Amino acid sequence: MKSAVLVFPGINRERDLARAFHEVSGVAPHMVWHTETELPDVDVVAIPGGFSYGDYLRCGAIAARSPIIEAVRRHADRGGYVLGICNGFQIVTEIGLLPGALMRNASLKFVCKEVRLRVDNASTAFTSAYAPGQVIRCPIAHGEGNYFADAETLARLEGEGRVAFRYCDEAGETTDAANPNGSIHSIAGILNERGNVLGMMPHPENLIEALQGGIDGRGLFESLARVA
Amino acid sequence: MKARVTVTLKNGVLDPQGKAIQGALKSLGFAGVDDVRQGKLIELELSGHDRVQAEADLKDMCEKLLANTVIENYRIELI
Repeated sequence: MKSAVLVFPGINRERDLARAFHEVSGVAPHMVWHTETELPDVDVVAIPGGFSYGDYLRCGAIAARSPIIEAVRRHADRGGYVLGICNGFQIVTEIGLLPGALMRNASLKFVCKEVRLRVDNASTAFTSAYAPGQVIRCPIAHGEGNYFADAETLARLEGEGRVAFRYCDEAGETTDAANPNGSIHSIAGILNERGNVLGMMPHPENLIEALQGGIDGRGLFESLARVA
Repeated sequence: MKARVTVTLKNGVLDPQGKAIQGALKSLGFAGVDDVRQGKLIELELSGHDRVQAEADLKDMCEKLLANTVIENYRIELI
């Protein structure tokens, strides 16, 4: 699996994400600075978490207009995989590769803790190493992860099985108490129509080895390694 | 030429910041505030003098960057 991790000013999870790809695939990803206009020859482009451009204007808004983004769009159009995590998810929605938007958490608080996620679609390039309905642990750290989409978009996402992950409790139930940010339908991660772009707020890259307290996030990278 | 762009959340989009402001106003004793919506005000200084062109450019700026039309509306004023 050949991968690239994009780096913007203000991003801070790029090393974690690079380490996850390196650990699972045995190959270090290319680190690609935002001013580049071409991507190296890769299977997966990953956009990490952090606070690109200090979250000015809207989270991810400025990064989404960077020079490298046109190359990301072409990569996705060719069927290449794109993974956006946390700020990366916000950037991918701002680019328009995924529908909807991430808004201020309903609690108005920055939430940094471990949550449970339910794998709602395990038949995707990003989730095939998990079992359908499997409940996994995953860290979150964000102030604006409250997923919103209009009713029509939401109906399409649900109808087409494009909700990959949902926030849930230990039993896998999507309760209000288990929803850390107010996301509509407890949505934690979604796919595009073609299934080659995934955006999610939680950080699977931070739970890939025993040192981090668990390996529940590893499955996402192993899934990608199966297809790329 | 100066321009002012006002960006507000669309109706039906939950505004937790507006709700927090409403709660704070209530706790300060301001009665009768039925709803609060928070938005953004962006002021621009434009070098051209063609108002029609400026309005077209500003609309383009709003669609491409200043507003996220999934959740926000915008209003343009030339002053």
